[in-house]
Amino acid sequence: MLKGKGIPIFITFLVGMIMIISFFIPHKPFGDIEKISLNWYSIIAGFTMLLGVDSLIGMHFRKLKRKDENWFFSLVLILGFTATVVVGIIETVRFGTAFDDKSYFTYIYNYFIVPLQSTMFSLLAFFIASAAYRAFRARNFDATLLLITAIIVMLGRVPLGEQISPYLPKFTEWIMQVPQMAAKRGIGLGISLGALGVSIRIILGIERSYLS
Amino acid sequence: MLKRTLLLIVFLILSISLFSENDGLIFLENQTPFEEFAITGKDIPNDGGGGIEIEWSFPDSLDNFFLTVLRKDEAGNNSIVATDLLVSSKQVRDVSSEEDPSRVKDGTKYYYTGILSKKMVDENFLNMLISKENGYSKNGIYIFNNDTFYVTAETDAIISKASWFNLSRIPVVISLILISFVFLYYLNLAKSGKELYIRKINGLDAVEEAVGRSTEMGKPIMYILGIGYVTDIPTIAGLTILSRVSKKVAEYETKILVPSYDPVVMTTAQEVVKEAFTEAGRPDLYNKNDIMYITQDQFGYAAGVDGMMMREKPGAVFLQGLFFAESLILAETGHSIGAIQISGTTETAQLPFFVAACDYTLIGEEMMAASVYLQKEPMMLGSIAAEDLLKVFIMVLIIVGFILSIFAYGFNIGIFKNLFDLLVRALQV
Repeated sequence: MLKGKGIPIFITFLVGMIMIISFFIPHKPFGDIEKISLNWYSIIAGFTMLLGVDSLIGMHFRKLKRKDENWFFSLVLILGFTATVVVGIIETVRFGTAFDDKSYFTYIYNYFIVPLQSTMFSLLAFFIASAAYRAFRARNFDATLLLITAIIVMLGRVPLGEQISPYLPKFTEWIMQVPQMAAKRGIGLGISLGALGVSIRIILGIERSYLS
Repeated sequence: MLKRTLLLIVFLILSISLFSENDGLIFLENQTPFEEFAITGKDIPNDGGGGIEIEWSFPDSLDNFFLTVLRKDEAGNNSIVATDLLVSSKQVRDVSSEEDPSRVKDGTKYYYTGILSKKMVDENFLNMLISKENGYSKNGIYIFNNDTFYVTAETDAIISKASWFNLSRIPVVISLILISFVFLYYLNLAKSGKELYIRKINGLDAVEEAVGRSTEMGKPIMYILGIGYVTDIPTIAGLTILSRVSKKVAEYETKILVPSYDPVVMTTAQEVVKEAFTEAGRPDLYNKNDIMYITQDQFGYAAGVDGMMMREKPGAVFLQGLFFAESLILAETGHSIGAIQISGTTETAQLPFFVAACDYTLIGEEMMAASVYLQKEPMMLGSIAAEDLLKVFIMVLIIVGFILSIFAYGFNIGIFKNLFDLLVRALQV
């Protein structure tokens, strides 16, 4: 008899086997199983979003209530969240969709969210510079090799590189297409086999740490 | 070609007076712009039914012409499959979809006709052609409002049907059988008590050190699962490592923070941590609010986690899961607060960033093997050994392919060309 953890393990095995079979059998009902599963997942994900919002708002309400350090930012988050939801509902009623060009919801998206996203993304340039500075310090043979390769690749990708030598861009291309690609594919192979291993361990119930 | 076109034009002009049926339409039956002017159709192989593929092969000079495809069912109902396709596209698929599930019914006979034109097809002409009452469904040349349309003969009856097996996936079946055999062999070997070796992974050996260091410093541990969903293998691998890390955290009586990108991942992480704390005998230390939802916006998530890092100053940061452009933003912030960082991802484009910014990085498969390494159960070790054997097998295949290609295309030897093509065909899905 199945009991305790045996039930979810059996369900995992059954669903895993059905998904494998459906990969090879396009005929109904097998062919539609993946699509149906994804629809189910979307429904579950929709409900868990409520849990997510509860977690986020709950955390900031608690901070506000306790007047924790930086409580003001929690207030900004709650006000911003509430305003966006309210505007979204009003504009949906007004235009039939919150994403109408004239809607204030679109305005919030275009003039608040997009610039904030761009700001965060642009920080990446500075982080790359600081990380590259540390990574390219020639402390040992490996780091020196990395430094030299990086300089060649960087020079080969800008017009200055071609001015120095017409062979530099070609050498850069060779580095990217041969040693770099070989390493990348090697890692890719390992990842694919690793993913296969994880899947088999989960389907066969050998890997159980994901179970609560 | 020019001679043929001139002849056709002269023929058209002469025919206008003879075949004119009304003011707007002239029809020349059985006339074709070139020999073998036809379209063909077939059931789409290896699909779940409800799909027919229509193909044509017209001269290259007509590549910029348009082709409109019409369908007639066995009851005689006409409908439009696609209008104004570029002839160069060579094929179109008539398939049922979620929006129109009964577009192509399995077992029903369908007949297809193509309309070739230099300009986009006239809507009135098209409506006239598909109306059941009208007799203009014969193949030939139609001149409508001074535009010429060449209509092909109907195809033979085409019937769509669902396949019971996707034959194009036979190589996958063979691989699956082979892989299953290898896995089962090693699992049996592990069961029989044979000791299996797993190489040292520094990043995973450092888990205890990282948790211990944080505890000594009185700081929490931050575990970041990235921006993947629970359906992604790296996220699942990240959750399995979270289980082991949480157990250590509970044993050391410290605190773990898990900011999440996806609410499903958050809920799963809450359960994983709760179970780990219970297993470690410290369910009292578990706090649901430490595993919180941030946002489903990539850079919003990065901003939220960075802010949390700067405020909470964790002693150890684990970055295990699926990461994209936010990887370095997170890892550099972690580095700036002096946290010991252990990262792992399957995204090869992000690995250099992690290597540069973190103390330890689990590269791809190491991340997948992490839970095995941390648990060291014989059965789990068996699966790692099986993976390694498969890796050797793939390496042998690559070397064989490499040698064959040198002899086939470097030295131009026919037999090796055949062997190489055979190998490529066998491996293609």
